[in-house]
Amino acid sequence: MTALDRAFAKARAENRRALLPFLMSGYPCRERFRADLAEAARFADVLEVGVPFSDPLADGPVIQAAAAAALREGTTLARTLEDIATLPAGAPPLVLMLSFNQVLARGLGAFAAAAAAARVAALIVPDVPLEESAPLEDALATRGLALVRMLAPTTPEARMGRICAGARGFLYAISVAGVTGTRDSLPPGVEDYIRLARRHASVPLCLGFGISRPEQVRTLAPLADGFVVGSALIRLQQEGKPLSPLLGALRDATAIQGDRS
Amino acid sequence: MNAVETTGRFGAFGGRYVPETLMANLLELQAAYADARQDTAFQAELRQTLAEFVGRPTPLYFAARLSEAWGGRVYLKREDLAHTGAHKINNSVGQALLARRIGKRRVVAETGAGQHGVATAAACARMGLECVVYMGGLDCERQRPNVERMKLLGATVVPCEAGTRNLKVAINEAIRDWIANPAGTHYLIGSVVGPHPYPLMVREFQRVIGDEAREQFAARHQGLQPDAVVACVGGGSNAMGMFAGFVDQPRVELHGVEAGGNGQGPTSATLNHGRPGVLHGAYSYLLQDAEGQIAPTGSVAAGLDYPGVGPEHSYLNDSNRARYHVVQDGEALSAMAELSRTEGILPALESSHALAFTKKLLRERPGLTVLVNLSGRGDKDLPGLLAKGLLKTE
Repeated sequence: MTALDRAFAKARAENRRALLPFLMSGYPCRERFRADLAEAARFADVLEVGVPFSDPLADGPVIQAAAAAALREGTTLARTLEDIATLPAGAPPLVLMLSFNQVLARGLGAFAAAAAAARVAALIVPDVPLEESAPLEDALATRGLALVRMLAPTTPEARMGRICAGARGFLYAISVAGVTGTRDSLPPGVEDYIRLARRHASVPLCLGFGISRPEQVRTLAPLADGFVVGSALIRLQQEGKPLSPLLGALRDATAIQGDRS
Repeated sequence: MNAVETTGRFGAFGGRYVPETLMANLLELQAAYADARQDTAFQAELRQTLAEFVGRPTPLYFAARLSEAWGGRVYLKREDLAHTGAHKINNSVGQALLARRIGKRRVVAETGAGQHGVATAAACARMGLECVVYMGGLDCERQRPNVERMKLLGATVVPCEAGTRNLKVAINEAIRDWIANPAGTHYLIGSVVGPHPYPLMVREFQRVIGDEAREQFAARHQGLQPDAVVACVGGGSNAMGMFAGFVDQPRVELHGVEAGGNGQGPTSATLNHGRPGVLHGAYSYLLQDAEGQIAPTGSVAAGLDYPGVGPEHSYLNDSNRARYHVVQDGEALSAMAELSRTEGILPALESSHALAFTKKLLRERPGLTVLVNLSGRGDKDLPGLLAKGLLKTE
């Protein structure tokens, strides 16, 4: 059983869905990031940390701005790995999110080794679709890391089956066709899409993009195994506000009531 | 289907590194393009559009006075005479026909110098498609006439003010638009960059340049071919279109010319100063730092000011079939003035890089017969250059 498996199993045992807060490494500055990461760890089942990239294609304005600011602060992969290594031993497993070019710049094997040494559990690399995933998945697997596969509302069912078939760790279902960012409402088809994806999934299915409010999590809790919240937290950091009130409310919203699908 | 058509790989380069949200679109486009390529009705409509709307074939022109001045024989493929003033229209009409065929009513595009934006706006107007063009804020300033032309042609121009405010940022925004609107929108990429099938498809829509030039040259010279073919390379679509006509003729040298900037600041010479990586969906040479962050670029020519390059150019570079050179801003500006005075042709700043290299090539090897792709006209560049004092008309 991997650290990720244990994290999702623990949430299930507590009759909850998993909460996956996302923070951008080095944002708004190194010290504050480390403090916020430690804070998020108190509420998280799995931590997600972005390594800032100059040209992130799948990110909306909030995370783009955070990445640009973090780069101006001198954030690097090496610094990120140092910072996450400061988390206490009992902290939730951590997943890194970054662009493929940042992995290539180190080399696949060297990257996997460095990430494993920093106790990273998995990678999310949004610009590596199934067709291009084999070399990266193989390099990560050698070090016991998973590459988190992604599903989108545009993914046809046959393709969904192929993506789910070899998935490890968890699956990341993008809730809306679009970039990251908070949204007032999710599109009408989202529930059918998640139900369909869940039929094919043999690992936990987590929903991300556009999830910002506890009410959304409460409504969708019967459908998905976990929820990623990013832009809403980064907006709080932007405004210099503490994260714990939102994290606490989100954590409460993950409780499963009634329908346990 | 051959290997390139299925995997999108030119040797090690290419592929499709895009978010999952776009994969269904790319697979749909790949299938639709393969289908259209075999469809005689589509090909006939494309040929007719190229003839009647674009004005093809463009002439092959012997530059007699320039040849005398530079000590060789210089031929120009006159893409500056194509409708909207550059080679970009060849690809824009091809992809717009394809978009209409697959039922996409909205087109998004990026543009650097504005030539691809203008061409796409014109093609969309012609075919009744909605057109949104993303353009870096810096480029909007230095290519003002093209911004007005796009608007007149009915396109919406969205200035992109993030980061470097140039072509790279415009592509980022166009891709994000496509991610947010995958169903009814076609992304009409203007160069041989991006994920498969774009590098292959754009090359095929541009190969009309090289195919025509080869026939035109052979018809004038009893079947002979030029010693060398020269084209500027930003993303590399005019070069790839020209090279496509000659790549299977080993005796014809292929020379790509990258932008070296002003000699002090950053360059846009990806193949000369970069190393392979992934940007905008493809594995190709890339200007980047040790962390894999995309490096700042610089060039007086907005259309060459890009940190990546088409994956097939990376392949031609590594296999030594083509050679890639660097020309600085000042050399390109001189060549622009020189062609204007000797031949009465005002070339685009981008194409002027190809001319400047040709001058150097003939200085080293006098007497060569060189075919230069004059990819666009320079009217768009004048206001910006005059305002900055970079070009003197007296």
